[in-house]
Amino acid sequence: MSDQGFEWHRRSDLAPGDQEQRGVGLKLIGYLTGLGLAVILTATSFFVASTDLVWEPSIPVAIIVLAIAQMGVHLVFFLHITTGPDNTNNVLALAFGLLIVFLVIAGSLWIMANLNHNMLPMDQIMRMQR
Amino acid sequence: MFGRLTWSAIPIDQPIPLVAGAVVLVAILAVLAWVVLAGHLPYLWREWITSVDHKRIGVMYTLLAMVMLLRGFSDAIMMRAQQTMAFQSQGYLPPEHYNQIFSAHGTIMIFFVAMPFVIGLMNLVVPLQLGVRDVAFPTLNSVGFWLTATGALLVNMSLVIGEFARTGWLPYPPLSELTYSPGVGVDYYTWSLEISGVGTLVAGINLVTTVLKLRTRGMTYLRMPMFCWTTLASNLLIVAAFPILTATLAMLILDRYFGFHFFTNEAGGNVMMFMNLIWAWGHPEVYILVLPAFGIFSEVVSTFSGKPLFGYRSMVLATMAICIISFMVWLHHFFTMGAGPDVNAIFGIASMIIAVPTGVKIYNWLFTMYGGRVRFATPMLWAIGFMVTFIIGGLTGVLVAVPPADFLLHNSLFLVAHFHNVIIGGVLFGAFAGYTYWFPKAFGFRLHEGWGKAAFWFWLIGFYVAFMPLYAAGLLGMTRRMQHYDVAAWRPWMMVAGVGAVLILIGILCQIMQLVVSIRHRAELRDRTGDPWDGRSLEWATASPPPVFNFAVMPDVAGEDAYWRIKAHARAQDLQKSGPDYRDIEMPRNSPTGFVCAFFATIMGFALIWHIWWMVALGGIGAFATFVVFAWRDHDEYVIPADDVARIDRANLAERRAGMQLEAAAP
Repeated sequence: MSDQGFEWHRRSDLAPGDQEQRGVGLKLIGYLTGLGLAVILTATSFFVASTDLVWEPSIPVAIIVLAIAQMGVHLVFFLHITTGPDNTNNVLALAFGLLIVFLVIAGSLWIMANLNHNMLPMDQIMRMQR
Repeated sequence: MFGRLTWSAIPIDQPIPLVAGAVVLVAILAVLAWVVLAGHLPYLWREWITSVDHKRIGVMYTLLAMVMLLRGFSDAIMMRAQQTMAFQSQGYLPPEHYNQIFSAHGTIMIFFVAMPFVIGLMNLVVPLQLGVRDVAFPTLNSVGFWLTATGALLVNMSLVIGEFARTGWLPYPPLSELTYSPGVGVDYYTWSLEISGVGTLVAGINLVTTVLKLRTRGMTYLRMPMFCWTTLASNLLIVAAFPILTATLAMLILDRYFGFHFFTNEAGGNVMMFMNLIWAWGHPEVYILVLPAFGIFSEVVSTFSGKPLFGYRSMVLATMAICIISFMVWLHHFFTMGAGPDVNAIFGIASMIIAVPTGVKIYNWLFTMYGGRVRFATPMLWAIGFMVTFIIGGLTGVLVAVPPADFLLHNSLFLVAHFHNVIIGGVLFGAFAGYTYWFPKAFGFRLHEGWGKAAFWFWLIGFYVAFMPLYAAGLLGMTRRMQHYDVAAWRPWMMVAGVGAVLILIGILCQIMQLVVSIRHRAELRDRTGDPWDGRSLEWATASPPPVFNFAVMPDVAGEDAYWRIKAHARAQDLQKSGPDYRDIEMPRNSPTGFVCAFFATIMGFALIWHIWWMVALGGIGAFATFVVFAWRDHDEYVIPADDVARIDRANLAERRAGMQLEAAAP
């Protein structure tokens, strides 16, 4: 399927893994940076969870922030999501995925919380059935 | 040795499924015997079963859908017959059988008729419209089709081996849990949908990638035909929504097989979580089905009005808006199940908002027809029938989107009438329009117009006679899925609806006749030009049926309605005389991977349903080994030399020129 028609697209719009034109050394540095950052973020979350140096109620928030940062590191260094024009499709796909995940999870939480709130406590249901 | 499977699984005491199963079995064996004895087997294996050609796979998807339509329709007419008879009596179907029939009807019609029909048409047409030679992952495409066929096979096996679910087309717990459904019916449902769901997901990934990555030179997003846009939106929804279905059914499976408590009444399970998740898939599913149909109507209306599509960009915008909003409305399927007024109001409003982009589309089609020279060929009749019917269905949809109204109409026949109104009037009419419209492209001859028009009128009138009474019966308080009833006021409506089902049956018979007559008269109906309808997009720029490589030279696109421009250009220059520069073409090799994979998946699915664990291992290892063998292959492409390409293309061009001159000479 190697035809000029496809080459034309390749230039304007790269698939993940297509843009490997850089030297091996540069790529290695990129991956090592990513690995380093990922390790630091993981270690920090374990540290935050087990220490009493951090104010206790803030620990969940800190772990969420670290988790989001971790995702960012993975996206940038391992999945090579950039803001360049060759990456529009990948960024859009990511945005679409995030939006759907957000809609489904937030919607489900809201709906289920609302259902639980509206439901009578179990002992009252039992009393009604009698 | 054979788990739960014993001879008692065969329903000896129930004549209806046994006779039906026997007839189907004899028919299948007869066809197989004919294929083998007449020596067609090598041809079928080489050219169809192992084919990775998107056109062949598209045709097989469509064929699967049409065969399964017959199965789903026989369920439908049995239900209609039961309800005409079962007034103050038991009718002819015992309750446990009747429950299986309505469950199987819904499951089959959605998953194995509507889905394969639209995926088949997308497979057949989208690469041609984009001006490319195949989909992005040809072998994966074949795997997807055969896994869908596996699901269909498992559902049909339940007819004679064991039983099907009695839970309705969505197996709501706690009824579908082991406590209340101890048989294999729900297992048939879950495993066939898990397997075919994988097939649908890979088809979705494949088509999204195709549209995003493989477009011919100059085919920018805003020059794509409308059908490609709706394909993109629909397959984005498949990729986003089908994992939810797979995960939800996997949780139900864990409940049933390993004693988990996701959806049980006790031990912290939550039944409502199943309703929530299944509809978070279920509502996007509705748009997965109807968006491609909207695309088909856009192509048909524009072609048969001889005009570019009115409001192309607003159409694109409406399509993508539906794609997003369809994920914000799922609660309207369970307004009555305990949500508060705030939640109900928000989802009710979102459900009304999604009608707006759909309305935009209707106006765009009307304005496309306005001032055009409309030709009333069969595809156009389906499109006009759709517009009238779908508006009624859409309006009743907006009505039940109002929560207080829904509290009265929930689970009544009014609801049944509403969703049949949009699915038959929208999806099925669209599929039939596309089938008639693209049949000459796939096979090189048109379908017979007379029988096609007869089929259309019987279907249209039959639809109204069958489903308008259900609106009335629903307003009179009749609920869905009733095996028998005692209210005299409902009876007349059920009798009328039964007549409607018979009219639809005649419509289906007309379609079968149309196919038979068309094949017998294919010489007269031959499409020599490759452009039988005076089309506007690139699929009409190649021969009918297209050569395996689709286009000898990749077309250059300079604007919307690509082929229309090429034709205008060719007329201006008295048809292109200089031959193009032909080159070698590499095409993917055929591969039995899909078929073998699905073979093992069928074994595994069947074994899982009946708890035959050694057979599960056998099927699993077999499917994985097939995948490994495929991954290790060395040669995945073959080359068609430039000379062959030139020979095939010159013959096409000569036919096309002759055809165009013939047409010009005719009055």
